[in-house]
Amino acid sequence: MELLADAVRDAVRLLAGLDPDVRGIVLLSLRVSATAIIFGVAIGLPVGILLALARFPGRRLLIAIVHTGFALPPVVVGLLVYLLLSRSGPAGDLQLLFTPTAMILAQAILAAPYVAGVSLAAIQSVPSDVRLQARALGATRWRAVLTHVREARLGVGAAVIAGFGAVLSEVGAVLLVGGNIRGETRVMTTAIVLETRRGNFALAIALAMILLGIAFVINVLLTRMQQGRAGPRALPAL
Amino acid sequence: MNAAAPLLAATGLVRRYGGRTVVDISTLYVQRGEVLAILGPNGAGKSTLFRMLLLVENADAGEIRVNGTPVRSGDRAARKLTGVFQRPYLFAGTVESNVAYGLRVQGAPRQHRSARVRSALDALGLTDLRRTPVQQLSGGEAQRVALARALAVEPDVLLLDEPTANLDVTAKRRFREDIERSVRSGAPAAILITHDPADAFALADRIAVMQDGRIVQEGKPDDLVFAPASPFVAAMTGAELLLDGVVDRVDEGLVTVILQGGQRVTAFAGGAGVVPGIAEAVHVGYRPEDVLLSDPGDAGATSAVNRFQLRVAGVAPTGPLVRIRLEGAIRLTALVTRQSMAMLGLKPGRAVVAQLKATALRAFRAGP
Repeated sequence: MELLADAVRDAVRLLAGLDPDVRGIVLLSLRVSATAIIFGVAIGLPVGILLALARFPGRRLLIAIVHTGFALPPVVVGLLVYLLLSRSGPAGDLQLLFTPTAMILAQAILAAPYVAGVSLAAIQSVPSDVRLQARALGATRWRAVLTHVREARLGVGAAVIAGFGAVLSEVGAVLLVGGNIRGETRVMTTAIVLETRRGNFALAIALAMILLGIAFVINVLLTRMQQGRAGPRALPAL
Repeated sequence: MNAAAPLLAATGLVRRYGGRTVVDISTLYVQRGEVLAILGPNGAGKSTLFRMLLLVENADAGEIRVNGTPVRSGDRAARKLTGVFQRPYLFAGTVESNVAYGLRVQGAPRQHRSARVRSALDALGLTDLRRTPVQQLSGGEAQRVALARALAVEPDVLLLDEPTANLDVTAKRRFREDIERSVRSGAPAAILITHDPADAFALADRIAVMQDGRIVQEGKPDDLVFAPASPFVAAMTGAELLLDGVVDRVDEGLVTVILQGGQRVTAFAGGAGVVPGIAEAVHVGYRPEDVLLSDPGDAGATSAVNRFQLRVAGVAPTGPLVRIRLEGAIRLTALVTRQSMAMLGLKPGRAVVAQLKATALRAFRAGP
């Protein structure tokens, strides 16, 4: 009990003193996960829009694959990216293993299906009348699609925020492909694992508190978005 | 631009769904300054026609011209055809942002846009609601926003699909007035799609009646009422269809029909000049408001040639009027005011004389 109390006290001291190690780890975590989510959105959102609005052979299969991606274990993605980037792997020449780029790649792979799947659901929940209505007011077909996606912006925004939260808190993939190298690829989750094993609870707790704080902010944002969600906008039938 | 050409004209318009033809229109047009109503029951293909005329659904065959020039989906001219749907989708945001939508997507300059939005909001009495989020609007207000939004882009032709179908009685009346006023001043022409004869008769200069994907009759409202081409058109324009019978005599546009019960009636030959021949099976139609009721002891000489001794079988108030169901040698329905009902003491069992002028009855061929 005393050990825990001491560790918490030291953790607070580390946070209050803006310890350079802690700061470096937090900033790298945010940079890696934010970049990963940008790539995840760049890939996942167009896929979500396509699956929601287009009809083509194989669509159902693709949706099933996207939904399977939800349950993709981070450690499996880490393994795949490791094999891809390892010296003898197909992209070994790029020498990206144990770099933040490898971590971004792994997290983007985790985020993309999540963003695609949640965007797909959000866009599908908007009545397709929205595009007819847009076109009936002179919008081009493309502009009507943009209007449809814009109507789903709360859901898409929630997908992005929740996706960011998910990749920020995963550990399996970044540990495998980043290697947890101090000052280079050490992020909050991998540092917590390492410091806990070492018995350096103060740093682990300090990072855990920051991670929890970020998770809390993300959840507040999500809740606010969901509660701000507009009600049905199509004229109700009598 | 061709000054003589209709503002919007469709020719040979065909749409099929899975082998079934849902729309097959040979010609349909609306002139500048005109409101055309397309009147038909549910399932007649009206909404499909609406979407094709708006160029948001492709036709399998046919052509749509605006000012004499063929247009296709995505053309600049097509952007000047705007539509209000039965259940309009209002975009998330305020009333004002909705009304500005069409102008925004069409790239109207900001200054022109705000002037147009102001004027459209003002025309529909929405100025006070301009900052209101759309999810707070009532059904009637939402429909007015949809109309303002469609008018804001200054369309060549405004298309309305069952615009009053989802509104309650008060909202319906107000919205009809809004359409009447704003369409006449804000759009060069309008096409109103409706199943409700009241909308068509209140708003249209010309009515096209649609049945099973086709226009079966088209003309001024009076033409449809006084010379319906078929029992269907008569029914769509408010007539009751009753009485099957066989033609016994034809005399200068009047036919004498022996009804199934053996009663004789004299009727106008209906069907736009098509006179049924002797021994031909016909339907005879009438309007309940044309049935004149009187006390059997007080039914003096009138010009009505059709007189029947009947008995009141049922009384059903419908707003200020009452539908009286009559039975006897034939069955009829009469529509009278509450005052007349009280005066004659109309209640089940009461004997009455029902009279119908020959001009109020119309005989149609019973069809193939």
